[in-house]
Amino acid sequence: MAKKKEIVAMLLAGGQGSRLYLLTERIAKPAVTFGGKYHIIDFPLSNCVNSGIDTVGVLTQYQPLALNEYVGNGLPWDLDRTYGGARTLPPYQAMDRSEWYKGTANAVYQNMNFIDKFDPDYVMVLSGDHIYRMDYAEMVEFHKQKGAVCTIAVFDVPLDEASRFGIMETDGDDRVRSFEEKPKVPRSTKASMGIYVFSTDALRRYLLADDADESSEKDFGKNVIPAMLRAGEPLYAFPFRGYWKDVGTIRSLWEANMDLLGENPALSLQDSTWRIYSRSDVRAPQYIGGNAVVRNSVITEGCEIYGQVVNSVLSGGVVVQKNAVVRDSVLFDDVVVGEGTCVDYAVVDGRTVFGDGCRVGAPRETASELTLVGGGLSVPDGTSIPEGCRFGAKELETVLKGGKNA
Amino acid sequence: MSAVAILFAGLNERQVPELTSERTMASVPFACRYRLIDFMLSNVVNAGITHVGVLTHYNYQSLMDHLGTGKDWDLARRNGGLHILPPFITAFANFGVSGLSATRLEALCSARSFLSDCTEDTVLISDGDLICNLDLNDFLRAHRETGADITVAVQRREVAGKYEVSVVRSDSNGRFLEATKFNDSVPGEKDVQVQLLAVDRTFLLQQLTECVAHGYESLTQDLLNRCAATAQVRVYRISESCETVSSLADYYRLSMDMLDPATRERLFAVKNRPVLTRIWNSVPTVYAGDSLVKNSLVADGCVIEGIVENSILFRGVHVGKNTSVENCILLPDTYVGNNAYLNCVITDKRVTVRDGRVLSGHESRPFFIEKYVAV
Repeated sequence: MAKKKEIVAMLLAGGQGSRLYLLTERIAKPAVTFGGKYHIIDFPLSNCVNSGIDTVGVLTQYQPLALNEYVGNGLPWDLDRTYGGARTLPPYQAMDRSEWYKGTANAVYQNMNFIDKFDPDYVMVLSGDHIYRMDYAEMVEFHKQKGAVCTIAVFDVPLDEASRFGIMETDGDDRVRSFEEKPKVPRSTKASMGIYVFSTDALRRYLLADDADESSEKDFGKNVIPAMLRAGEPLYAFPFRGYWKDVGTIRSLWEANMDLLGENPALSLQDSTWRIYSRSDVRAPQYIGGNAVVRNSVITEGCEIYGQVVNSVLSGGVVVQKNAVVRDSVLFDDVVVGEGTCVDYAVVDGRTVFGDGCRVGAPRETASELTLVGGGLSVPDGTSIPEGCRFGAKELETVLKGGKNA
Repeated sequence: MSAVAILFAGLNERQVPELTSERTMASVPFACRYRLIDFMLSNVVNAGITHVGVLTHYNYQSLMDHLGTGKDWDLARRNGGLHILPPFITAFANFGVSGLSATRLEALCSARSFLSDCTEDTVLISDGDLICNLDLNDFLRAHRETGADITVAVQRREVAGKYEVSVVRSDSNGRFLEATKFNDSVPGEKDVQVQLLAVDRTFLLQQLTECVAHGYESLTQDLLNRCAATAQVRVYRISESCETVSSLADYYRLSMDMLDPATRERLFAVKNRPVLTRIWNSVPTVYAGDSLVKNSLVADGCVIEGIVENSILFRGVHVGKNTSVENCILLPDTYVGNNAYLNCVITDKRVTVRDGRVLSGHESRPFFIEKYVAV
């Protein structure tokens, strides 16, 4: 059902996240596990509800099964509402057109009918790729005060990383003077976080024009924002200070997990005034065995630890057998680490079972690269997975064949 | 055959007054993240029963808070689902000698309208504080196959004088003869009554009318023993273990049993029979760099900076630096400061133990600290 809303959020969750390799073979990037019991999408969804935004369209496209199931009716985020709430919005067939979402702008354009149902004054566009806590209400307030047509959240990045982002120059009033998507020579360090607030009428106008433009890539950063700038519309940059991490690569995903650890963690989820919600299964409490050693780690329900866990983040149902060692690693749901197996400096996807006496990765001090192990694999006893390896079903097959030959 | 379940939320409070001063027996927290009613409620749901009445008398705030709409047990249903049935005060005032401290039978009588509105043909009646993971389908199947009016669950076990239990005698065909209070004179292996019955619903409603008319009060004495001669009352032996909490020391013992992997396996790792509970969405537990945790069961939402050994930590417990927690049960949101030492202590919800405190009990007499108290 619909009632007028001041603001509706559109969460772009259709991306593959190809730089996460094995982790996104069968699920979309926003559905990737994070921090023990979360998924990346929990962050924007929780931010929405904590900021008082109760209507969220989740645009799905790539491998949507896990994501659709996960978002469901939105209940875990308190987004199970009579008026509004969370909706997943896949691409659809229509009388005059039926096509995939061709770009971020096109995905929102194709769902203007969803937005119009709520007759909102503002539309917030979010992406499902980042780990951060942000009060969107402050950004909307900023947007109103500035009388902006579009407000872009910006984050100060190091100059040498700036060419990975959409970079803008602003004046003293935070008004955007130039915007360049992934510039070779960045002229500023103000990076777009991919978080936009639009005034609805302007958004509709520019999306219609963008759709008609055949040369457009239908992308907010590449097409819609530059078009608005060219037309002299008031665009503002909302500076965000706080923790924000793009977890688009295995390395940055691992780093963000590690940010939960330590005496004063860079990212703490303990703050009860800004809870991050997630959909979780009921599992038995975690058990730490009589000879276990657990240091500087985050561990969740259903885990059984008999060996050593140091500087690691373990998701639900992980079993670490006796004499096994898990160091500087991130293990997703239901991973089993067999007796005497050593997992170092690695990210292991869900339901992979390591037999006894395996060697996965190399100690962080000596390893040059993170090791990635795919999900649902049964790794035989004594297997050695070298550092920096991306070990999936194909690599496992090779190991199994090798075993037979030997 | 379809069944509706009736669970008694509070009857045995007097046995554990420490933990039940502000809650029902069914809502006593147990094993890190559960409350006692979770076990029977999960058994019921796992057997495909989707219509449940929870009978409660008093102190039921925590129970209602825990159960909510029944969503976490998949019992928020348009048809059937979970119903909390508090007493009709006026009815109770005129009924029985014990006033509000009602018996099972009195409680059932107050649920007569709920029971007559049901369409299911069998009523499963159980205490809400049994700690067990049972296959109730097997129990109901036995009830149906024997065509019994009532089926009484029993458990074969060694009985000594320590606990007050009801012992069931039956003939070689499994027909119920009599249930009597066990007395010390002849210890040995007996069929001990488990507070779990399957009853034909029409038969039950007839019997309840009769009980009200005659002012009967005891389910075992007045209903089972009276019906034994005239109706089909049968005995069903359950094979799974089934425990009840009969004192604070007993609560301590049963909690510590959870540290045994075999016990946990029997209770929590049965295929297709998960134990469900209210989901709190706590953050995962954080183990600090110099924490040391051994042989302990820990819920989510804890922050552990000290030493924890042979203990049960509920959600949101904080253990400070250089603090040692041994053989303890710390209920939700217990805060233990730095440099403290705790041994054989049970803290209720939101207890604060200040820096440097040294507290110790004994496993036969655990030291108990009430809700919200700061030591």
